[in-house]
Amino acid sequence: MNEELIVSGRMNYKVDPTLHIWGWEIPLYLFLGGLAAGILFFAALYYLRGKENQYQFAVKWIPMYTPFFLIIGLGALFLDLHHKLYFWRLYTSIKLQSPMSWGAWTLMVVTPLSMVWSATYVRELYPKWDWKLKWIFDLETFLIKNRRTLAWIMIVYAVILGTYTGILLSAFNSRPLWNTSILGPLFLVSGLSAGAAMIMMLSKNPAERTKFSQIDLLLIAIELTLIIHMFMGFRASTQVQIDAAAMFLGGPYTLPFWVFVVFMGMILPAFLEFWELKGNHIPAYIPGVLIIFGSIMLRFIIVYAGQASRYLY
Amino acid sequence: MRYAMAVDTKKCVGCSDCVVACQTENNVPIGYCRDWIVEVTDGTYPQLELEIRSERCNHCANSPCVRCCPTGASHYSDGGIVLVTHDMCIGCGACIASCPYDARYPHPDGYVDKCTFCMHRVEKGQKPACVEVCPTKCMYFGDLDDPNSEVSKVLKKRKFKTLIPEAGTKPQLYFLI
Repeated sequence: MNEELIVSGRMNYKVDPTLHIWGWEIPLYLFLGGLAAGILFFAALYYLRGKENQYQFAVKWIPMYTPFFLIIGLGALFLDLHHKLYFWRLYTSIKLQSPMSWGAWTLMVVTPLSMVWSATYVRELYPKWDWKLKWIFDLETFLIKNRRTLAWIMIVYAVILGTYTGILLSAFNSRPLWNTSILGPLFLVSGLSAGAAMIMMLSKNPAERTKFSQIDLLLIAIELTLIIHMFMGFRASTQVQIDAAAMFLGGPYTLPFWVFVVFMGMILPAFLEFWELKGNHIPAYIPGVLIIFGSIMLRFIIVYAGQASRYLY
Repeated sequence: MRYAMAVDTKKCVGCSDCVVACQTENNVPIGYCRDWIVEVTDGTYPQLELEIRSERCNHCANSPCVRCCPTGASHYSDGGIVLVTHDMCIGCGACIASCPYDARYPHPDGYVDKCTFCMHRVEKGQKPACVEVCPTKCMYFGDLDDPNSEVSKVLKKRKFKTLIPEAGTKPQLYFLI
């Protein structure tokens, strides 16, 4: 027997009896960041591949939502801060070893970039739009001329943003569940998948919907592979990571993770999309909503379970 | 200079004087604490072994909390003491999640708070409050770079361990066993 008790009565707020420093705000922010990264990635990708007219919704329309997603995400992040009025301190230093610092600066680039990208398409999509000031017209002309450069910057930053949402957690070696570098690519792919699902649901062009349905199938396959690798890694690792995996393999997170994330968020929509590609009719919003639901649940479950996983001593 | 603390688990009786002294000295808000007592019972009855430890921030030499802080509020001060600059801290909680010892907490005023090794006392040549009040004199504090400091001498003489060395944090809170 080994029993360890804190006998002096420690009940620090949000730390005891188990860590719960991050509530709903962080997973929501991670989801919205990943979703925005996914949308911007596909917009830039298909622009660079010269398919902006073929996949109009992905390149021109849906990026207009991303500033809102990012601003809501940043709002959630702000709500999470305990010392709110000092939030600007994020921008008085660059800490290369801190993923949160990387993230803050990445968002500082991506948020305006998503607005700029959308702004260059406003007059094309809404012909009556008037910028009023001459210098804005000049700026617009300049940006449209340099859209290729913008797209390259956007695709790189979308990947950084999507990966960062996972790296933020995997940098904490004190929480064995988070301490796996698979979380970076897993959250990136999950974000891309959510972005593709949004396009698939909202686009009115059947060819575009089919394309993004196929992309989603591929991304789901990658996600499942990464999840299997993650658990293989845990099971072959140290005791603390074996314990972390046990929370999902018989422990308290087994049901929510395998049912909500893996089955409802990946396998079921993949099956429905496959069924539809075979020629059967399935309303696009069903797999789309399921994928987005799974993507949200993945963040919530990983953020909550990670805080419950710890070293023993 | 490298400040460190050693706690003699053979002498500690778990009276919690150190906890109360810290709360008083540092105006720790009610319901919070920067140090605490852990009792570990090992073995099968009747062969039981009891270890009592007074724990706090380990002022790690490779601190994950300093590494992950996005603003630089968490930093190494003189002698490797890990401190939080209140008006640089945004209260994001990254350092709290990064600490394998759960030694940090969000202060009701917003910033993140933790043990400072009573730096304000140490600067004046005094011992940390917890060390000062210990009725069994089970704690030793001082500079590891000075071979004549109390802590250097006791660590030379006695066997010791640190907590979770496998986390790679290089903790500077030593437990004499």
